[in-house]
Amino acid sequence: MEQAIAPGQVPAEYIEPNYLAIWLYLAVLTALELLVVYARLDKALMIGLLIGLAWAKVAMVAMYFMHLRFERRGMLVVALSPLLLIVVMVTAMVPDVSTRDYARRHSGEVAWMVQAVAHNLQGGNPNSVGLSKPQGNGAGR
Amino acid sequence: MSEGSMTVGTPALQAASPEHGGFEEAVETPLTPDSRGKLGMWIFLVGDATTFGTAIAAYAALRIGNVNWPVPSTILGIPATALMTFILICSSMTMVQGLAAIRQGRQAAFRAFLFLTILGGLLFLGLQAREWHHLIFERGLSIKTSLFSATFFLLTGFHGCHVIAGVLLLSVLLIRGLFGGLGAAQARTVEVAGLYWHFVDLVWILIFTFVYLI
Repeated sequence: MEQAIAPGQVPAEYIEPNYLAIWLYLAVLTALELLVVYARLDKALMIGLLIGLAWAKVAMVAMYFMHLRFERRGMLVVALSPLLLIVVMVTAMVPDVSTRDYARRHSGEVAWMVQAVAHNLQGGNPNSVGLSKPQGNGAGR
Repeated sequence: MSEGSMTVGTPALQAASPEHGGFEEAVETPLTPDSRGKLGMWIFLVGDATTFGTAIAAYAALRIGNVNWPVPSTILGIPATALMTFILICSSMTMVQGLAAIRQGRQAAFRAFLFLTILGGLLFLGLQAREWHHLIFERGLSIKTSLFSATFFLLTGFHGCHVIAGVLLLSVLLIRGLFGGLGAAQARTVEVAGLYWHFVDLVWILIFTFVYLI
């Protein structure tokens, strides 16, 4: 598809892809997404398939409806730059998620600590009444 | 790029005035009057995409970190939302057809396709209003209820604002078209508006997947 368009020049004839085929592609992939959701697959497989299908649709919209396929290469680089920024953002959120993940895996322990602190604030001995400290770790796993 | 940026002023200014309408020279310039609107829109879209991406990343972080996150399909209506997705895909389709029409000087077809695109946007907004009404007044959800509802309303609301802005933008174009203000020479304006509209469709594809389906 590398047309003989000099960089920076407006092409005399615009390329019109087969929009009907793209529309069909998007509609079929949307139907497939619904199929994946209602097929009650394994959760990890379902999430993987759904994310793959979503990006397949996004790529089609960007490349053909938004004409990125027919722009000079530099425009594609500009358009893809948010993905890089988002990777940085997701990395920045890892500490938050990982600490919460600790709380999830050790949910019994955390609940015990919260109760114990509350009990202590009311003047009682946290290790005495009605509180059974969970044994071992990974109780909530 | 460097030689282009040095010569950017002259040809751009000359081509901008109508008496030099036929000005054409093989000078590589990164910005022409024809391309600067498009580049401006792309710069905006890159910023907007980063905003949406950050919001979705924050949503993912909150969701992964919380044990009691509900399965979305138990609260949200998947079939109705799939219909909304399909409507947006169709409106993207009519948008590109409208652009092709105005490039070929088919004014009536352009106006019809633009009208259908706006109609698609309005249908989408109507379905979203119905969904929000159901969630707020019948299920008692609000932005304060839970992290699930907070992220849901923020993500779909921010996207909904984009659809409203898109409908307004396209309506202005349609009014200009109806009063003869848009000819084949203004096809670039339609293309730039179309870029925005397709981007709104693109973001919805991701929101549909991450907020509703997963």
